[in-house]
Amino acid sequence: MSSTTVDAHSHDHAEGGSAWRFISTYVFSRDHKIIAVQFLFSALLWFVVGGLLALGIRWQLAWPWQGMPVIGPMLFSAEGGQISPEFYTTLFTMHATVMIFFVIIPFLGGAFGNFLIPLMIGAEDMAFPTLNMLSYWFMWPAFLLIGASFLSVPYGAGGGWTSYPPLSVITEAAPASGLPQTLWLFGVTCVGISSMLGSVNYMTTIIQMRAPGMTMFRLPLTIWAMFITAILQAFALPVLTAAGFMQVLDRLIGTGFFVPEALAANNSLAASGGGQPLLWQHLFWFYSHPAVYIMLLPAMGMASEIIACFARKPIFGYKPMVYSISGIAGLGFIVWGHHMFVSGMNPILGMTFMVATMMIALPSAIKVFNWLGTIWGGKLYFTTPMLFCLGFLSMFIIGGLSGIFMAATPTDIFIHDTYFIVAHFHYVLFGGTTLVVMGAIYFWFPKMFGRMMNEPLGKVHFLLTFIFLNGTFYPMHLVGAVGFPRRLADPYDYETFAHLLPLNQFMSICAIGMVATQILFAFNFFYSMFWGPRVGRNPWRANGLEWTAPSPPGHGNFDFQPIVYRGPYEYSSPEVDEDFYPQTQPPPKGREESGDTGDHH
Amino acid sequence: MGRFWSLLFLTVPILGVLTFVCAIGNIWPLNGGTLAFPADQWLPDDVSENGGVIDNLFMFILYLTGVIFIGTSIALFLFMWKFDAEKNAEPVKFTHGSHTLEIVWSILPAAALLFIAIYQMNAWVDAKMKRPTEMIGRSEVPKRPLVEVTGRQFEWRLRYAGADGQIGTPDDLHAVNDLHIPVNQEVVITLKSQDVLHSFFLPNLRVKQDAVPGMKQFVWFQANEVGAFDIVCAELCGWGHYKMRGRLTVESQEDFDKWFAEQMSEQERTEFTPSSGDDDE
Repeated sequence: MSSTTVDAHSHDHAEGGSAWRFISTYVFSRDHKIIAVQFLFSALLWFVVGGLLALGIRWQLAWPWQGMPVIGPMLFSAEGGQISPEFYTTLFTMHATVMIFFVIIPFLGGAFGNFLIPLMIGAEDMAFPTLNMLSYWFMWPAFLLIGASFLSVPYGAGGGWTSYPPLSVITEAAPASGLPQTLWLFGVTCVGISSMLGSVNYMTTIIQMRAPGMTMFRLPLTIWAMFITAILQAFALPVLTAAGFMQVLDRLIGTGFFVPEALAANNSLAASGGGQPLLWQHLFWFYSHPAVYIMLLPAMGMASEIIACFARKPIFGYKPMVYSISGIAGLGFIVWGHHMFVSGMNPILGMTFMVATMMIALPSAIKVFNWLGTIWGGKLYFTTPMLFCLGFLSMFIIGGLSGIFMAATPTDIFIHDTYFIVAHFHYVLFGGTTLVVMGAIYFWFPKMFGRMMNEPLGKVHFLLTFIFLNGTFYPMHLVGAVGFPRRLADPYDYETFAHLLPLNQFMSICAIGMVATQILFAFNFFYSMFWGPRVGRNPWRANGLEWTAPSPPGHGNFDFQPIVYRGPYEYSSPEVDEDFYPQTQPPPKGREESGDTGDHH
Repeated sequence: MGRFWSLLFLTVPILGVLTFVCAIGNIWPLNGGTLAFPADQWLPDDVSENGGVIDNLFMFILYLTGVIFIGTSIALFLFMWKFDAEKNAEPVKFTHGSHTLEIVWSILPAAALLFIAIYQMNAWVDAKMKRPTEMIGRSEVPKRPLVEVTGRQFEWRLRYAGADGQIGTPDDLHAVNDLHIPVNQEVVITLKSQDVLHSFFLPNLRVKQDAVPGMKQFVWFQANEVGAFDIVCAELCGWGHYKMRGRLTVESQEDFDKWFAEQMSEQERTEFTPSSGDDDE
């Protein structure tokens, strides 16, 4: 992967010095842009892995116990190409782990956070370049540990990405609860360290290193989102890390934090006791619910950037957008219990969590209305990045609203742990975040590599992704309403669910189509990296500081000292003739400096 | 191309409308590969006393969110159609937002959300907090459980109280995966787990509760129709999670008594008298 990175950058950094110089420049680089590209490539690679794991799940749900053609006999020769029920648990555990920890979080924080923060605030680099490098290199132990956990014989970790004890703690409880689970826990801890190093860096950089004139309320919403996300991570992650170590101790030396008395799994009595399985759930979701917003807020920020740019109009309600992001982050800390409505938690506590959860839908609603307000009365250019972000908007409306069903405790009794929730979070994380990430790649690719991606191919990619994603995830609401449970290798034995097989086959065919569509994206990405048309500094005629730097920016980013005169969304301003007004452009002579963006009209 | 993309986005609210038409008309779109109207499979059959409340709430939220979903999606389509740069000659409306609108679209959803939250609290209290009671002598006490359900990899172990009305005594009736209850009666069960987390899910009665090792919980429901229904394990409990399948038989009090007596005599004949519920095979 690092060698590809080297290729990507060799054209403007070719130095031809000693091998050591080469490695320190491109592999163990302290430059935020190189680190961003490293994160991007890792995430893309793992995206392929995660997608293939998803296809494994879809295969089993559509054609249960039937041998996978071609690859089945290679993977599971002993079972005649079948997916075994043990391997099925590994499949969904690893799909979630890879997609969350190796794809979405690195895409958002690692790749785009790293790339955009210094460029958008007008800084030379991150505040702590070495920490930044470490945050990438801590991903590698995680890759190796989780990879080893996945490939463990006979089965990889299979406790779900939520890793609920006692299943994950008692080694007798499952064939995969031995070493693979320990490796998994250490792997996730390494991801945590990486994220923590990143978030300390992002906070410091955003507070300390803004260019002259870049006040907090002139920051692009992407930066606000990254800033709030970094705070979320910094406060929530230690809890997960501590919980992870507690689970490791439970497993290795029998501390029994999460194991109650007199527990007998698989006919052997657990040695430890005195613990409580629900404790893990509280600790886990105390991190993992904010993590949902860690996986969403930066995408919302980037979508704001792209939508305003291609609507040629200021973002509607900049300050309400900032307050919404903060509101989501604040409320995000007190809603974790909605994952536990039927867990055995005190039902009174369930009611309080329910009210908080209902309220967290509010800032998201405000954001949706503001995006609609942004495109209202604009001039819309349907470029590939714009299409992906409009797709996000459309899909996020579905994903956001379906959350209300689960927030309502009595309804949640029925749909908890069914495909309804699977539909919900795939609409948010795929229809939401992943579409924005793809749009963001199309949007910032010229800045990263100095070349454009192919637009017609990008639009075909969007069209097919949009159709197949709805074909895959929309019917999940329908089967979820029947009560179709998650994580079941073969639900069709149940009378209630037997008739859902055809619909599941339809979803699986769409999922195969969706994964196949991404080949277009991969082709476009790698082809454009080498042979795409070269671009100037500002191909999209956008306002942000990053568009005033060379494409790609050299070491130190800017070849002049950027001075900021206004907010980032002054498109179609009456002050200038052009329909954009870069943040660094001095106001015309004899005119007052335009103020902060804000809702002062 | 702007027209094409706008129309693509129009398919989303159309899909939404179709969904709600199907939901309201109780039409299941894909039944065995063929269309079937009406097939009565949108939500599974509800045979319980309290499930109707949950279904009504589900439909209520469906209508409410449906209106918002279709409204916002159509707005998105209209804006895309109208403000397409290729077709729209009007200048861009240069505005940074509107205080009034922000206030309107903050307060309205807030009120709606708060309303949903408060509106469904009673259903939650009934389902999880108000355990049915019975009269013993002159005092009203929480109803005694009929059966103790213990989740175990990968089966449901059941223990009915014998003649003494107490669970955990030598005259208990033991069964596996085969839960019988009398119809038209409030039934309380004790829910436990012996090893890992399980979840006791009765889709047709809209009941779900995780079974947590180390905790003893009470679950109550009332079935109003006789028949056989699925008991699903809804919390990942290991490789055999998919086959942890029980059967709920709802029958008249006479049938239930008959079944109980038969099972009891069979149990006595085989002299299978385990000492406690924690027995191993």
